[in-house]
Amino acid sequence: MARMIRVLVAKPGLDGHDRGAKVVANALKDAGMEIIYTGLHQTPEMIAESAVQEDVDIIGLSILSGAHMTMFPRVMELLKEKGADHIVVFGGGIIPAEDVEKLESMGVARIFGPGTNTGDIAAFIRNRFSDPE
Amino acid sequence: MTDRKRFEEAEGKYYDALDDGDVQDLEFTTVSGEPVDPLYGPEDTADLDYLDDLGFPGQYPYTRGVYPTMYRGRLWTMRQFAGFGTARDTNERYHYLLEHGQTGISVAFDMPTIMGYDSDHGRSEGEVGRCGVAIDSLRDMDILFEGIDLSRITTSMTINAPASILLAFYLCAGEKKGTPFDRMGGTIQNDILKEYIAQKSWIFPPEPSMRIITDILAFCSDHVPRWNTISISGYHIREAGSTAAQELAFTLADGFAYVEAGIAAGLDVDVFAPRLSFFFNAHLDFFEEIAKYRAARRIWAKRMKEKYGARDERSLLLRFHTQTAGCTLTAQQPENNIVRTAFQAMSAVLGGTQSLHTNSMDETLALPSEKAVMIALRTQQMIACETGVINSADPLAGSYFMEARTREMEEKAEVYFRRIEELGGVVKAIEQGFFQKEIGRAAYEYQKAVEAGKKIIVGLNAFGIEGEQIDIPLLKIDPQVETHQRESVRKVREARDNDKAARELERLRAAAAGNDNLMPVILDCARCYCTEGEIIGELKKIFGEYREPLFL
Amino acid sequence: MSSRYDIDGLLARFREGRVAAAARLITILENGGEDAEKVFDAIFSGTRNAYRVGFTGPPGAGKSSLVSRLAVKFRKEGGKLGIIAIDPTSPFSGGALLGDRIRMQPLWDDPEVFVRSLASRGSLGGISKCTDEVCDLMDAFGKNMIMIETVGVGQSELEIAEKAHTVVVILVPESGDGIQAMKAGLMEIGDIFVMNKSDHRDAEMAAMEIEDSIKLKNVPEGGWRPVVVLTSAKEETGIDDLAGLIRRHRKFLEENDLMSLKRRKILFSRVRDALMDRMERRLRNNGKVGRVLSERMEDVYAGRLSPYRLVRELDGMVIIGNDDGPMHGE
Repeated sequence: MARMIRVLVAKPGLDGHDRGAKVVANALKDAGMEIIYTGLHQTPEMIAESAVQEDVDIIGLSILSGAHMTMFPRVMELLKEKGADHIVVFGGGIIPAEDVEKLESMGVARIFGPGTNTGDIAAFIRNRFSDPE
Repeated sequence: MTDRKRFEEAEGKYYDALDDGDVQDLEFTTVSGEPVDPLYGPEDTADLDYLDDLGFPGQYPYTRGVYPTMYRGRLWTMRQFAGFGTARDTNERYHYLLEHGQTGISVAFDMPTIMGYDSDHGRSEGEVGRCGVAIDSLRDMDILFEGIDLSRITTSMTINAPASILLAFYLCAGEKKGTPFDRMGGTIQNDILKEYIAQKSWIFPPEPSMRIITDILAFCSDHVPRWNTISISGYHIREAGSTAAQELAFTLADGFAYVEAGIAAGLDVDVFAPRLSFFFNAHLDFFEEIAKYRAARRIWAKRMKEKYGARDERSLLLRFHTQTAGCTLTAQQPENNIVRTAFQAMSAVLGGTQSLHTNSMDETLALPSEKAVMIALRTQQMIACETGVINSADPLAGSYFMEARTREMEEKAEVYFRRIEELGGVVKAIEQGFFQKEIGRAAYEYQKAVEAGKKIIVGLNAFGIEGEQIDIPLLKIDPQVETHQRESVRKVREARDNDKAARELERLRAAAAGNDNLMPVILDCARCYCTEGEIIGELKKIFGEYREPLFL
Repeated sequence: MSSRYDIDGLLARFREGRVAAAARLITILENGGEDAEKVFDAIFSGTRNAYRVGFTGPPGAGKSSLVSRLAVKFRKEGGKLGIIAIDPTSPFSGGALLGDRIRMQPLWDDPEVFVRSLASRGSLGGISKCTDEVCDLMDAFGKNMIMIETVGVGQSELEIAEKAHTVVVILVPESGDGIQAMKAGLMEIGDIFVMNKSDHRDAEMAAMEIEDSIKLKNVPEGGWRPVVVLTSAKEETGIDDLAGLIRRHRKFLEENDLMSLKRRKILFSRVRDALMDRMERRLRNNGKVGRVLSERMEDVYAGRLSPYRLVRELDGMVIIGNDDGPMHGE
């Protein structure tokens, strides 16, 4: 039986546009996952700490403010410091292709651009954590 | 046969033909999900009273437009929202836009400025200059408007929680250039209610925020009479996922709440109401949007007159700025966005907007590049100069379809007004999460409809290009901007008279704890180069901070 | 069957006080099965009967806000806190949206506060099946106070009463007619009743109605008579009073030796529930019973055999420890 997947969805930084984050959180819930939604104005420290306490499998960051090249690496750095870099990081927002490449080469598992079908996000997460047996 | 009989016979024939004819397997609804009939006819306008329901342009109830001359007298202001990097970078962009024919300025601030943090605050890291211009003090405002005559151009500033401060910076910048306060014109968005509902760039809780707003209303009424003190906004509500009817209803409800707050603060409605303005979204469904704007004018005029007792005609005018819908742009085949924006802009013009911003095609990927913003500006110019739509005011009036839809919009809004009243008014409804839940639900349902293929988005779920490579030049923010700006603000703090600055901040704190109007004190703080973060910091000590509510 | 987890390694780091290890162990407890039992067995001796306060009440009553504000107060007194926030699992999708952490922001960088969100996962009692075990794990981790926030309740989600030392029921004036409906259930279990959103004009009236119900309660000699307090998370009033009442109830429990009595009840119900679970699983997995059942059901369907007769027949077949099929974990 597939185990329960726990996802943390967060808005790092000062950006207040949470339509996408909430739509994704609801869609993933409808796909049968447990979503810890930590809300707006999260610092990378808050996100990493929450992810550890909640023992999530994966973190989704939504950034529309252009601060992605600071936020993603910082979150991943903190996860490493806390010995939690097994936690996968993905995200979405307003992120140009050039930066998507850079982030993915830094270890961000996927960046989903505008217009992404939420079913694709759910499938991505499921595939990532499907049991080998 | 009588005319009536001939009509009914023809009508019967038409509907029979419809029943027998083909029907595509589509949903014939507006983008908001409202069903649309295949045909509208004379029965839809049979009850329409020209003077009571429509009125002439510039006459109550202003359905046909707020001014008699409309665009023949003066075009809408072409006002492109712009801002990025440092004040110097943005100043250059302003000169570029003005040279290319823009007629008003619109300032986009970066997230730290919007949230009340200086560029060197810990929370600002990674965010400085990224989605707007970084303004820390009066010094930045001076640079932002270098070479621009503030007595001859109006400026709209998209700023909410710290609006009082940015207004102060602007007024002081003008003052230094020799322009007195009463010669300066412009707008501050200053619509805190919609922040709690949709945009979520709040700082203080609702009560002190409303106090700041009424202070601004009072101050401007006396000292800056040409200033639009609130741009009551529906744009963000729509961007957050609401329907057109929700955008209309929630925006107007916010407007009424401000009117009530002003009256409760002892102000004469005819003194502050003329300077309230609005800001709507221009979304995809062409006719739905036009109906929305017309209904908005009618509802506002009627309520201001009948409920709030406004007597000055100018209090009844719903003047508005429009922005084409950012959320409808696609990253896929971005050039298509030029076309979407054109359709949307057209609906705003046919709806009688006073001011217009058209989005750039690359905005799903970055802030507008020069080339993209020029196309956006040209779009407005082509509408104005080439299409002929400006020749006659409210050209769609009298259309069976348009008048039916306008009335429906009004009715839907009234249902929401009643609901909000039942909940105890806008602020109480916000506390209970009414708006947030409505919007969240509409957003989720829209997404599901798109994913189910019920709503087509060209390039996305239809007519896509396999393996598309997006190849357009994008604006990049130099990472040095942040370093530069941090240095800048430090220099400002070092160079100023710090004793004076500290004293003014102390005075500010006392004023916040008391009942005095905050604007004069904030102006004094601005003049001695207190930074935005410092001013907000003092206010936070008295007003506290708003906590995000829990409505998922 | 080998585990996917390095449980010994996790336990070692748990004992060192590593939050990530504790969090992972909680996940294991949540997922149940052999691993969960192994973990629990290992940490059990480290439990110290940490004080547990349950917070229940209808959705929208402001539980999260109050819990967060109380936590700040208890921290000032040196409490080491665990907070468990439970939200409902969707019966349709099996997923859940756990948003209570949004409220816990003031505590985020306090290393002595451990906040964990749990989904109810089909459990109908208002908490999740493993809430009890998670409390014990936090206890063994060094927390001396655990605040449990239940799913917003109606009439039947009252399991918190069995698992917490103190039960705080949070109501709001809008609960109005809901209070009538809830009287039967919530009135039984509440030690402290909170009328939140006291800035609301009907709050005092609603609080008085609760007080009236309490007066009618049959409280034994020397027992705890529930109390009512008015709070407003918005205005930050009444929080000190509420904290004081919680302390008072705790003192009452300690003085009357009820802390350990409650602990005994909790442990007993745990053994009872686990035993029932296990028995049920054995029965389900008993191949012989299963076969006979399918065969004989035809007789029941045809009206030839009474259901209860069949059950008595099967009863004789179920001999514990003597089943046909292998034991499967859930």
